[in-house]
Amino acid sequence: MSKLKLMKGNEALAEAAIRAGCDAYFGYPITPQSEVLEYLSREANKRTGMTVLQAESEIASINMVYGAAGTGKKIMTSSSSPGISLMQEGISYIACAELPCLIVNVNRGGPGLGTIQPAQSDYFQSVKGGGHGDYRLIVLAPSTVQEMSDFVKLAFELAFKYRNPIMILTDGALGQMMEKVELFEQQPREDIITGWETIGKPEDRPSNVITSLHIKPDKMEEINIHLQEKYKKMEENEVRVETIDCDDADYIITGYGLVARICTKAAQLARDKGLKVGVIRPITLFPFPYKTYFDIADNVKGILDVEMNAGQMIEDVRLAVNGKIPIEFYGRMGGMVPTPEEILEALETKLIGGKDE
Amino acid sequence: MSEQTIIDEIKTEENLVYKKPEALKDTPFHYCPGCAHGVVHRLIAEVIDEMGIQSETIGVAPVGCSVFAYNYIDVDMTEAAHGRASAVATGIKRVLPDRLVFSYQGDGDLAAIGTGETIHTCNRGENVLIIFINNGIYGMTGGQMAPTTLENMKSTTTPFGRDVSVMGYPLKITELVAALPGTQYVTRQAVYKPGLVRKTKKAIRKSFELQKENKNGTCFIEVVANCPSNWKMTPVESNKWLEENMLPFYQLGDIKTPNGRK
Amino acid sequence: MAKAKGDIIIDVEICKGCELCVEACPENIIETAKQVNNKGYLYVVKVEDSCTGCTNCALVCPEAAITVYRKVKKKKELVTKISNVTSDITLKVGK
Repeated sequence: MSKLKLMKGNEALAEAAIRAGCDAYFGYPITPQSEVLEYLSREANKRTGMTVLQAESEIASINMVYGAAGTGKKIMTSSSSPGISLMQEGISYIACAELPCLIVNVNRGGPGLGTIQPAQSDYFQSVKGGGHGDYRLIVLAPSTVQEMSDFVKLAFELAFKYRNPIMILTDGALGQMMEKVELFEQQPREDIITGWETIGKPEDRPSNVITSLHIKPDKMEEINIHLQEKYKKMEENEVRVETIDCDDADYIITGYGLVARICTKAAQLARDKGLKVGVIRPITLFPFPYKTYFDIADNVKGILDVEMNAGQMIEDVRLAVNGKIPIEFYGRMGGMVPTPEEILEALETKLIGGKDE
Repeated sequence: MSEQTIIDEIKTEENLVYKKPEALKDTPFHYCPGCAHGVVHRLIAEVIDEMGIQSETIGVAPVGCSVFAYNYIDVDMTEAAHGRASAVATGIKRVLPDRLVFSYQGDGDLAAIGTGETIHTCNRGENVLIIFINNGIYGMTGGQMAPTTLENMKSTTTPFGRDVSVMGYPLKITELVAALPGTQYVTRQAVYKPGLVRKTKKAIRKSFELQKENKNGTCFIEVVANCPSNWKMTPVESNKWLEENMLPFYQLGDIKTPNGRK
Repeated sequence: MAKAKGDIIIDVEICKGCELCVEACPENIIETAKQVNNKGYLYVVKVEDSCTGCTNCALVCPEAAITVYRKVKKKKELVTKISNVTSDITLKVGK
């Protein structure tokens, strides 16, 4: 086992990018994720020759990613909520042109300029498309600094497996907090040329074109059908979810990312009081673990959904459970983080109705 | 010897002095009759042929009339979002520094929505070629005012002529990027006369040569062009109008040349 | 009768009849045809044989529709002929 290091989430993510053999990072500073650009500016080029460029805006960043990802190399960017909003057009282009890349959103409180504190209010934007048109990103939600590192490697694997942009959706707290992390070994930077890339046309093949423009509607529908088939495959093969103490549970608390860890503490407090409570933590937000919720709904009395927003993932939880059992919501907004005690109280008052008091 | 025989004797491979370049695909252009885009596309293809750089050239198409440039120029190409072509070119060049990268952009794309990307690409001195077609109007969307629309020039959104007190002034972005230390070669050309076509081709060739030599700095070629359809003129009239109205404001010639070069 | 020094081939199916070549031709030997091509454009045609092969028409053609031939002086051949034979032949080859 390699040695443990104490690192900030943002730095672990940046370190993981270098180790994953990432070829280029294009980004723009924004709190609470500027450490990613700073760390890479300091470390990346001298160690692996990786390109790191501070762009003039998030719009430029994502379009540099678009151009560079079209060459088949491992390309990434990171930003935080307002910056990710600016990138949405580019993400839509990248999704339609089927370019592999990694986009990291260290979510902060919104709407508007909002706050620099952690939030999960970009769930809809990340999971349901965000930009224009019918497209999906695989969205990975780390809940530890360890996963901030591990998911970078996973993201690049998935990006190339599906030729699709992957998003790591995390938040300002995970980005800023320090934890122990076991870093994976340095991967080589290698070209994986499979034939579609715009790298210069040799004589023996037609020119490659990367575009999201298909002016004839039958062709554009064909592209859409192809994309939807790809998303379907992701739904079949890439669902990742963690269940904690759900086997004997009467109630479930569910949340993703940082919130899942607070939910786990809340479930322990509940168990201390004799309440049988389990936790479901979706790791992939798209594809969403609908089946896990659907199945568990037969064995429990209700689910408390906890988020750092006004209630976004709860819509997917409700879809999953399909009315079988009550679903209640507890959320904090604008950069506030719920405490385990608040969650336990919400569980008791909203779901259990105080009858076990 | 009859005249016809003489002509037949002339039409031999060794007497061939001009033909469609190899790096131009067979797809006929979708452009309106008389549009300068076809000429500039052809010149790019000619330079690619003559320098033998087809396998190392990557182009970036814009949003605008030339959005389909990749259907014509036979090199690997990426179609960028509106205004972002130079950022896309930057992304490509940064990961493939030994390739020859060019973007091809219109005035709305480059000088309105993409002004930020244009300025910063040039200011970073990205070693790419930016080809800027300036016809003073939005072609694809049907003749609206462009950032380069001349004072008093009519468009569908300045139906009484561009009133600079309301709509601002025509933007000489080429002079602007020439002022940036990151550019090495900035020139303004036109293609409505044979001699000017030759000059424009030379400028394109020079830019690719500079890029190939890996001289640091952006090359930027503006081509003052016509838009017969949206100017509501015949192609011949439009070129006359261009000469009489566009050129006094957008003066042709090199604005900046690399050190020690002319 | 004009002496042809060159010739052009116009791909009339991709010609859009913009007439920029008509304007550019110093010999005034390109004109718009009386009929349309398959796309419905009145294409252009060469109407006289006095083409000099100057390429002006091809240079301004936005459709890359014109191929140009020009009788080239072969320098080596010319020199050989001048030195070996009479001025009669050089007249034919040269201008």
